[in-house]
Amino acid sequence: MSAPLVRSLRVVLYEGAGSRSIPDADRFAMMATLLQGGYAVTSVRTGSRTVPEGARTPIVVLGRFENAPPREAESDSAAAPIYFRDIEGVDAPAIASIVESVHAEAGTGRPGGWKPWFPVIDFGRCTNCMQCLTFCLFDVYGVSPDKQIRVQNPSNCKTDCPACSRVCPEVAILFPKYKMGPINGDEVREEDIHREKMKVDISALLGGDIYAALRTRSQESKQRFARERDDKRALEERRKCLNKLQEQLDVPPEVLAALPSLDQIRARTERAVAAAMQGPTPAGTEPQ
Amino acid sequence: MKTQPRIVYCHCAYAQVVPADVKQDVLRRLTESGTSFDAVADLCEMAARRDPWLAGVACQEPTQIVACYPRAVKWLFSSAGAPLPERGIRILNMRTESAETIAAALGTAADEDA
Ligand code: SF4
Ligand code: SF4
Repeated sequence: MSAPLVRSLRVVLYEGAGSRSIPDADRFAMMATLLQGGYAVTSVRTGSRTVPEGARTPIVVLGRFENAPPREAESDSAAAPIYFRDIEGVDAPAIASIVESVHAEAGTGRPGGWKPWFPVIDFGRCTNCMQCLTFCLFDVYGVSPDKQIRVQNPSNCKTDCPACSRVCPEVAILFPKYKMGPINGDEVREEDIHREKMKVDISALLGGDIYAALRTRSQESKQRFARERDDKRALEERRKCLNKLQEQLDVPPEVLAALPSLDQIRARTERAVAAAMQGPTPAGTEPQ
Repeated sequence: MKTQPRIVYCHCAYAQVVPADVKQDVLRRLTESGTSFDAVADLCEMAARRDPWLAGVACQEPTQIVACYPRAVKWLFSSAGAPLPERGIRILNMRTESAETIAAALGTAADEDA
């Protein structure tokens, strides 16, 4: 998966040597508040570790320090500063403000801001058939230099749309935040494979059934409503039809409404295969 | 002497897929346990932006990750360029297990396959 690397601020709630312990209820409230605000927090209780391993980003160490710490110091990696803030007598909401101000000072990336909804490929199941790349309307998928399918633009994914996982013949596409298995990462059972395969007929899904259903319903309703001179009811009919399809496939109506035609799908497939045969495409120029 | 496993807790902050009561209860138990641990707002969000911290988790064993389905967590790490090792990682699922079960599991060594 490729996406821009963003430096984020890490928070250490320090109760090791030189810092008084925090009452349990306060510690819980502080951590819950910071986590909900999108920050990663390391709770240090033993004094053995002050800097989270793997951290190459600015860190703010919060503690009830016995001796006033420096406001800022260099970390071992020298790649990022460490900020110290005394939180004696400070409650959870005020801690959040302290961390916010360090975040602004350090110029770190804003945590959160979108529901992280994107496909994750189970390469234990994927056969690299490229149907997902062909299907996706939003260029979420791409091809790696070694011609392997990959999730190239996760933030392009349409929130709450699991459509590509329906298309994958191997049930290899996960959406960890999806409500049901196996798409949410639950184990894939034999009956799941059969059930998913029933929905998988890509030509029916894309070019056949949906369009046929929409066209038929729309023509029928047009004729009927032309007689009745009731455009509102025609719109309502279309909405009902989309709702029904949305329920069956759990695909947002705006995605259904934007589905490409069968010819467009074929053209996409040809371009995707050609791109895979030619090798890597420069970032941001995936097949359209 | 056995190495104390590192604990990583995921708060799944940007969706309601993990039952809120389980999440809160696990976090509360961890904060009252006297153990050091790492808590992240949302592993999915970190994976999406390939946070280098994930590679630090992946190369440190033993580790217990408290999040959701093991298959989802495994491939999330992989998607972020930080594949989890085959052994030494235990993933505990807050979507299916109770806080009691997870707390009990955290008290034992992480010696299961990822
Ligand atoms: S549709 Fe499924 S099996 Fe085919 S490349 Fe995509 S993830 Fe892999
Ligand atoms: S890894 Fe699982 S628990 Fe964590 S944010 Fe993603 S879906 Fe939620």
